[in-house]
Amino acid sequence: MRKILSIALVVLLSACANKTINPDGDEGSQANKGAMSGENASASPTVNPLVDPTNILSKRSIYFEFDEYAVSDKYKSMVLSHARYLRDNSNLNIRIQGNTDERGSREYNLALGQRRADSVKKVMTLSGTQDSQIESVSYGEEKPRAAGHNEASWTENRRVDIRYQGE
Amino acid sequence: MISIITPYKIFFSKVNFMWNSLHHSSSSILVLVFCLFSAPLHAALDIEIFGGGASQIPIAIVPFAAEERLTQSVTAVVKSDLQRSGLFRMVDSVSATPHEPSEIIYPDWQMRGVNAMVIGATRLLPNGQVEVRYRLMDVAKQEILISDMETVSVKRLRAAAHRMADSIYEKLTGDIGVFSTRIAYVAKQGKKYALQVADADGFNARTAIEYTEPIISLAWSPDGTKIAYVSFENKKPVIHVQTLATGERRAVAKFRGSNSAPAWSPDGKKIAVVLSKKGGSQIFLINSDGSGLRRLTRSSSIDTEPNFSPDGKSIIFTSDRGGSPQIYRMPVTGSASRVAERLTFEGSYNVSPQYRHDGKSFTFIHRNDSQFNVAIQSLETRQVQLLTDSSFDESPSFAPNGKIILYATEIKGRGILAAVSSDGRTRQELSTQEGDIREPAWGPLPKWRRKF
Repeated sequence: MRKILSIALVVLLSACANKTINPDGDEGSQANKGAMSGENASASPTVNPLVDPTNILSKRSIYFEFDEYAVSDKYKSMVLSHARYLRDNSNLNIRIQGNTDERGSREYNLALGQRRADSVKKVMTLSGTQDSQIESVSYGEEKPRAAGHNEASWTENRRVDIRYQGE
Repeated sequence: MISIITPYKIFFSKVNFMWNSLHHSSSSILVLVFCLFSAPLHAALDIEIFGGGASQIPIAIVPFAAEERLTQSVTAVVKSDLQRSGLFRMVDSVSATPHEPSEIIYPDWQMRGVNAMVIGATRLLPNGQVEVRYRLMDVAKQEILISDMETVSVKRLRAAAHRMADSIYEKLTGDIGVFSTRIAYVAKQGKKYALQVADADGFNARTAIEYTEPIISLAWSPDGTKIAYVSFENKKPVIHVQTLATGERRAVAKFRGSNSAPAWSPDGKKIAVVLSKKGGSQIFLINSDGSGLRRLTRSSSIDTEPNFSPDGKSIIFTSDRGGSPQIYRMPVTGSASRVAERLTFEGSYNVSPQYRHDGKSFTFIHRNDSQFNVAIQSLETRQVQLLTDSSFDESPSFAPNGKIILYATEIKGRGILAAVSSDGRTRQELSTQEGDIREPAWGPLPKWRRKF
């Protein structure tokens, strides 16, 4: 009985996730199917949704406030789009990379980046994505995108990136 | 005041300025600048020394007989070593250059306040080797304290000089000398990261491994033959152990998720590591070849930066289980996180702990407002002493005699290394000509010294 309930919960959550997807997302899932089958006669030559700038799946970065690791609402739909894409494509894997700004111990920052990556992964697995498709890792402060020593750079570096296999 | 001028850099004017501006200070200030450029026969690191204990031992190191014929001066290395310790004040010999005890005119030296003298001779042998003889003299008692001789190849003259400095240091201070040890660090230039190993004075730097992805968290094996480190070459943190003599290396922790913060047990058989494979960042124990896996901490918080006590029975580590990163201690045999004891209570950020060799205190990084400084805490009294007041100090590492702490810091946006004496009185800065250096780790005493 408990198993049925939890499956129902997952289905319900997925359905909710679907409801919050914007029109781009819907287009995306059609393009998914095109990409998957490769022979949908009615679709034009398919653009890979993962790199299509009009597709939410091309958005890969989640940003965090100082000392924060919870995924804020404005990134939820993007994360859940990736979660759904993974569920629809069980052969795909992603690596979620956590980053921090440069202040403080390198190893403690590695752990903070890990906490951020784990947090994004959790949003996805709670929505039904298989744990085995997601590896969460951390770069800590070691691979900053912005090289400055100021608030603007630090903000850019407090970030999690989603990378698909081969990227 | 001494400066060694090379064709590449002249720091003389800088030395003058510093001398004048520090002249008013009450404690004796010693400013020495070594300008040794990055070429095979020169140091990869420039070393600058600040401060000095109030009670420095005045010592005269007289150039050895026939030393000027050698390509490598022995007394220059001994002088440099003793000066870097901050415990000695060099007294220049003026006209007299005795090489044998019978040649010493003691009143001349006593008058100049000299407590001890080093005299000696070198001799080039037919087989190309060099015989080095020296004596350490007690000037007041007019006695020989050490009389020794070594025959070495020209290539090994620096090493012989370091051994001499160790013996002199030990005889006059009663402490173990660390002049024959090595340091490891990461040098970053552009997109390249190189793990380098150099003599403690910055000479003979060799690249152990170099890559275009970051390297962090260096940890020497207790026997000094290997270094564990975290590399991002696999696009995620993985722990490698590399044998220095052969360059051979093995990935000992490459589990799913992140693998980091390696720390060797004192017997060299195990390595404590931080893994995210079970969720979060938790401390585990593996065998030094990567086999066997045992979980040590069991919390839902961040547990990281493990460091073994010298008796191998406990680890200190960083944890934010109390809401902010602080330093805790737990027995290695215990697996439940509830037996971890909190050690730091001042401020909201205390990280990167490293035990002193005698197990009585540990060094760590303490955040004060937005400043990160090197501190030391006694385990018995819980007393904390801040040793630096710069802004971005990290990665403190004790010398194996516990007298000096090597750490990474920043000057004008560039990463350099620095060293501070454990009483906070003497400071050194070690920098490269280009790029940044960080993540220092002081190597252990060489095998033949460990009987002390």
